[in-house]
Amino acid sequence: MLGARAALARPATPAEGPRAVASALALVGNTPLVEIMRVRDGIAPGVRILGKLEGFNPGGSVKDRPALKMIEDGLARGLLVDGKTILDSTSGNTGIALAMVGAALGYPVELVMPGNVSKERKEVVAAFGARVIYSDPLEGSDGAIRLCRKILAEHPERYFKPDQYNNPANTLAHYETTGPEIWRQTEGAVTHFVAAIGTGGTIMGTGRYLKERNPAVQVIAAEPDDAFHGLEGLKHMASSIVPGIFHEEELDRKVGVSTEDAYNMVYRLAREEGLLLGQSSGAAHVVALGIARTLREGTVVVIFPDFGDRYLSTNLWRGWQPPRDALG
Amino acid sequence: MVQVKIPTPLRKYTAGAGGVEADGATVGALVDDLERRYPGLKERICDEAGQVRRFVNIFVNGEDIRFLGHLDTALKPGDELSIVPAIAGGR
Repeated sequence: MLGARAALARPATPAEGPRAVASALALVGNTPLVEIMRVRDGIAPGVRILGKLEGFNPGGSVKDRPALKMIEDGLARGLLVDGKTILDSTSGNTGIALAMVGAALGYPVELVMPGNVSKERKEVVAAFGARVIYSDPLEGSDGAIRLCRKILAEHPERYFKPDQYNNPANTLAHYETTGPEIWRQTEGAVTHFVAAIGTGGTIMGTGRYLKERNPAVQVIAAEPDDAFHGLEGLKHMASSIVPGIFHEEELDRKVGVSTEDAYNMVYRLAREEGLLLGQSSGAAHVVALGIARTLREGTVVVIFPDFGDRYLSTNLWRGWQPPRDALG
Repeated sequence: MVQVKIPTPLRKYTAGAGGVEADGATVGALVDDLERRYPGLKERICDEAGQVRRFVNIFVNGEDIRFLGHLDTALKPGDELSIVPAIAGGR
């Protein structure tokens, strides 16, 4: 099998690290990079594509980083104190991350989610002990944002709202962790950074750090190509409440991806790379491939925000059949 | 007439209306009628082959048409049909 030997290559020395850590929170970050060996059609040999597997975070997604940072910041500034509940609106991974961090620190968590988030997400959040309030599915994540604002306005004294869309600690989490990790893991070789935009925290914070280290690094955002899409967690900025932390002028490019192309990329990455990822990873990889095809050499790092097992009940996989030619 | 609930991202086709009326003996016929009344809407709901896009869910009185008769699901006056993107945007 072409590339099988490379896929089996192991590091010369095993990764070193402490045998045990003090809590789940100490496991946030330091996620691995994996080289994409097969789903790289039309790419010059001098171009590498490296996926950062954020599913390795303890809460299962990239959102552990901002959730932890925003709560640490709230504690440090005295905004989150005993007796308060952590409240935010989320369509999924941030809710899981806040529920995980809240559980680890002993703070109650309430989350406003659109009624059409995936079944797995609802169940994971409940397993961490968080309370979920559902908003109108027809209004998407903006409906959850509005309902959350209303709940907070009625009882501001009860809650600490991390407010991932407007909290600079979201961006800072990536500036302090994701960016330096990528720089270190590529030994400064990264030339292009690709991430899909939900709040914009990942691309803003990581992009800022990488550009400080090397102003030539290109920062490219992937977004749904239309307001009506099926890419959980992602925002079509032109039709959305634009997050306060999102500053489009800091991006080099923003590329639209259709839901169908992103879904098809998820299927390919699972079957050809052994990487079962979520739809936002599919969207990001579509853009990473497009960028990589324009290069003769370079190192493209793409964020894979989570693994795909959380989406097995969603339309991404429901009713999916292997393509005819794959059945032999 | 069937009551149709339109999600926010598609309301640009319905002059901002979140609820509209349309006619059809089946979901497929109703989608065609929606297209006559609000040109451009069908392409957002169905792919080139005329099938409901993978990320779109259509509910008739709260039941997903994938578990009924897909586009052949029968409709009667007074039914309520909702068009819902499978997933909500923005984490």
